[in-house]
Amino acid sequence: MSAPLLRATHLVKEFPVLGTGGIVRRPDTFRAVDDVSFEINAGDTLALVGESGSGKSTTARLAARLLDVTSGTVELDGEDVTRLGRADLRRFRSDVQVVFQDPYSSLNPRHTVERIVTAPLLYQQRGIPGGARAFTRSLMERVGLDPDHSQKYPAQFSGGQAQRIGIARALAVGPRVVVCDEAVSALDVSVQAQVINLLRDLQREEGLTYLFIAHDLAVVRQIATRVAVMTQGRIVEEGDRDAVFDAPQHEYTRKLLDAVPRIRPEWEAERRRNAALAAEGAR
Amino acid sequence: MSLLTVRDLTVTFPTPRGPLDAVRSLDLDLEPGGALGIVGESGSGKSMTSLAIMGLQPRAAKRTGSVRLLDQELVGMSEAELRRVRGDRIAMVFQDPLSSLNPYYTVGLQIEEAYRAHRPGTTRRVARRVAIEALERVHIRDAARRVDHYPHQFSGGMRQRVMIAMALSTEPELLIADEPTTALDVTVQAQILDLLQEIRRETGTGLVLITHDLAVVSEVTDHIVVMKDGVCVERGAVEQIFTRPQHPYTRALLDAVPRIDDEIGELRAVANEKNGGPA
Repeated sequence: MSAPLLRATHLVKEFPVLGTGGIVRRPDTFRAVDDVSFEINAGDTLALVGESGSGKSTTARLAARLLDVTSGTVELDGEDVTRLGRADLRRFRSDVQVVFQDPYSSLNPRHTVERIVTAPLLYQQRGIPGGARAFTRSLMERVGLDPDHSQKYPAQFSGGQAQRIGIARALAVGPRVVVCDEAVSALDVSVQAQVINLLRDLQREEGLTYLFIAHDLAVVRQIATRVAVMTQGRIVEEGDRDAVFDAPQHEYTRKLLDAVPRIRPEWEAERRRNAALAAEGAR
Repeated sequence: MSLLTVRDLTVTFPTPRGPLDAVRSLDLDLEPGGALGIVGESGSGKSMTSLAIMGLQPRAAKRTGSVRLLDQELVGMSEAELRRVRGDRIAMVFQDPLSSLNPYYTVGLQIEEAYRAHRPGTTRRVARRVAIEALERVHIRDAARRVDHYPHQFSGGMRQRVMIAMALSTEPELLIADEPTTALDVTVQAQILDLLQEIRRETGTGLVLITHDLAVVSEVTDHIVVMKDGVCVERGAVEQIFTRPQHPYTRALLDAVPRIDDEIGELRAVANEKNGGPA
């Protein structure tokens, strides 16, 4: 089998605790990520799930090199990228991109869609294939946006559409890995379904690899191929999606799954039966 | 007699392009001790409904129709009269407990003040006992000590318990909870939902639960109103809505909910959703 595309080994991230340091005394530290290791194969989706404060977002930021590790290594395609400097980071960023939770705060409100989605290429001092206008149009089509709206501003789009812009921006550099940090958490359920579908389609069509950070286990079930459960800075369980959901091994995973509110399965089954009958009758 | 009877409730905002109804011709019914869920997506008017029931709609808005609590009509009441109803007979819990609590005062003092405002003449000592009992009722351990703590000394779930304790201290007949668990972790959410159920069972307080989460309403409420663009598109007993939804929007909404129990091929998106596909 081929080597994993993204590999994190013994990641540790410590933050200084505010107000504990002195002139000679080093501040106390809080260990947000505590010896976390994972691998993602090309074309897979690893979901990091956990509650607030579990360290899942910090882990994602370490893997995307948005934060520097305290110790441990991040490897992309076998290359150690943990200590890359500015110039080499640019290369890394064209392989690994991030989609954030709140599209409105992660997109510059004063820039048009065209300027937003072409910015990553400009930062990387790469040319824009086919010119900015045509490039933006094709990107917008790929994420299901009307290409005629390339000169609009983020505020002129609804939440789901704005998140599509965030996805388009991530795709602009042609990344291999996309880190989705709670990328569908702020969306209404109907819009959320569309964005999940989009992410799944893009993966199928373009072979993208996702590191998917989420607190919503139902969403994770729809998109992940593998699941890692985090609590208190550690991964307590990792496995194939169905194994984790259907036969959780760790007590914390069971507690988490038990707590998820559910529509009664028998109601679900009856609704689907009724819908099928109605469709039958309509014919 | 119904605990809450809402008829033809309409909340209208003046806009440069003419009046806009945030809520239009809404009817609601809640029996004593019942639990009614109002579900909808953002912009559906569900939160405006909860505010309008209590007469808390923004100043610019006009509220018409009828809101009756038992035999008392709330529409047209003076502000002073309304203030006696709010927090006493109808209590409310919001999404974000941290912004609903004053960071400068202990939680005990805040519960005591709220209680004394509705029970004039209550001594500090009695009010303090009420506060401790209220905290005990929502299962905050070591309530006699915790009563002197400040909001920041509580976790998110504990703060929401404090809010519920405060809401219940006056033994209201109706509790309106607007997205009470949306900001909470899933394990904490489960505890708060259990608590709301327990309170309803033990005190007979009627519950109006406003949420975007269909799974949550399916677990907690016995009747449901589905709202879209300010109007009720479907209403009924919870089992009926979840097994035989009639309105296309309700069906689409149910289809769009991601399931934790299995992977459903393509999540069906809500058709003609104006916030959805390309504008």
